[in-house]
Amino acid sequence: MSDPKISFKNVRKVFNTGATTFTAIENLSLDIADGEIVTVVGPSGCGKSTAMNMVAGLIPHSGGEVLVGGKPVTGPGPDRGVIFQQYALFPWMTVRENVEFGLKIKGQGASERRETAMHYLGLVGLADFAEAYPKTLSGGMKQRCAIARAYAVNPSVLLMDEPFGALDALTRVRLQDQLLETWSKDKRTVMFITHDVDEAVYIAHRVIVLAANPGRLQEIIDVNLPFPRTEDIRLSPEFTEIRNRVWRAVYHRDAQAA
Amino acid sequence: MTTVTDTTAPNQVKLNRQALSTFGWGILSFAGGIGLWWLATIGGFSELPSPWAVLTRTVELAVDGQLWTDIFASLQRVLIGFAIGSVLAVPIGFLMGWYRTARVIIDPWIQFFRVIPPLAIIPLAIVTLGIDEKPKIFVIFLAAFLSAVVSTYQGVVSVDRTYINAARVLGASDGTIFRRVIIPASTPFILVGFRIGLGSAWATVVAAELIAAQSGLGFRMQQAQLYYDLPTIFVSLVMIGVLGLLMDKIVVIAEERLTHWQERV
Repeated sequence: MSDPKISFKNVRKVFNTGATTFTAIENLSLDIADGEIVTVVGPSGCGKSTAMNMVAGLIPHSGGEVLVGGKPVTGPGPDRGVIFQQYALFPWMTVRENVEFGLKIKGQGASERRETAMHYLGLVGLADFAEAYPKTLSGGMKQRCAIARAYAVNPSVLLMDEPFGALDALTRVRLQDQLLETWSKDKRTVMFITHDVDEAVYIAHRVIVLAANPGRLQEIIDVNLPFPRTEDIRLSPEFTEIRNRVWRAVYHRDAQAA
Repeated sequence: MTTVTDTTAPNQVKLNRQALSTFGWGILSFAGGIGLWWLATIGGFSELPSPWAVLTRTVELAVDGQLWTDIFASLQRVLIGFAIGSVLAVPIGFLMGWYRTARVIIDPWIQFFRVIPPLAIIPLAIVTLGIDEKPKIFVIFLAAFLSAVVSTYQGVVSVDRTYINAARVLGASDGTIFRRVIIPASTPFILVGFRIGLGSAWATVVAAELIAAQSGLGFRMQQAQLYYDLPTIFVSLVMIGVLGLLMDKIVVIAEERLTHWQERV
């Protein structure tokens, strides 16, 4: 395998809140390959969002090394697109202006910007809503707009923090399929945080299970299921078997006891 | 692709109908109040002038021009004081919200002056600034400034971190974040500050004119009090109320225009 795209080397994260210190992540080492989809699951307090935010460059790490493309992370940058659970669309901008935000920072001219934005909005099925304000969109549409905004600046890594967590089951499945379909064309590296075990198995090459207090690596589970993932795969006994393994790893008990 | 039906239209109609009936009830309530007032004066239960007497006095004062001079004098003071106050409050509020150092240095002063009623500054303002327009405009400026500065900086500090993070991961610099995230995100707060500021500026001008002025609606009331001229006092009061409501309405309309993107409950 070639050099990893994302690399955690003995990473530690300690939060200082006044007199008390809290260890969010202890000695995390993990490599994510270029073009790989990795999902991260674990109980609350396992530091999964913290780990992702360190890759995004939104919070500094306290020890060890976080590398993206072989270079240490020093801050956020458009090579890493982030999709937040709360959508984080700017409500004072139209859907198109939201998607154009990153392009304008890149220095693209107005007409080129509009063209790129419309291309990605078309991809997520929001072309008709380009001039609408986010308040008029449903949750699923807001998240699709946020995905278009992240794709538009053409990042090589996608960091997704429980992106579909607030959506209904049907919308969630649709967006999972859409994510995989886009991935099959561009093969970006994806680090995807979720608390939905089915989702974790369905979209991933590997599922990373973290344990809490302090956050640390518990288990890495390979998902040896073919792509493209389909409904048949989701309903297959192999899927169920992997799903059960992940479930047990997350909830830390074996099947007999449960 | 998913099809989305437009559900906003019927809601809008319902809202309009609701607004209309609220407005209708408001008119009805006022009419009822004026009716009771009228009954009380013709029944001889009160020394107050009748609505009719107040109306005729309004027409008299309007025709001889004094009403307009007074309104103009009061409005001019309010608008100058309010304009200076708001123009200064916005950058200072941003400074306080953006830089912790500015906040810890400026905030104690603002908190201190906020607890002093602007009117209490008048004696000092008259002694130091003279008896012309300056002391009045100064206290109005202070009233407007204090409300607007507090809400501006509250607006800046309460900008959702997620917006800032979303902008940063798209490559935005601090300057871009300030211009394209902080300013629009805090606009609703700033406009609330303007609304409160204009309200307290209006309250302050009238009170200031009662104490020290040679013109304005407050001054007119004060004069009328000396001559036991109740209808004129009423005219001034009603004008103060109507103009206050009008100015408030203008800010509300500006607010709706500028922050139409906000989700309202």
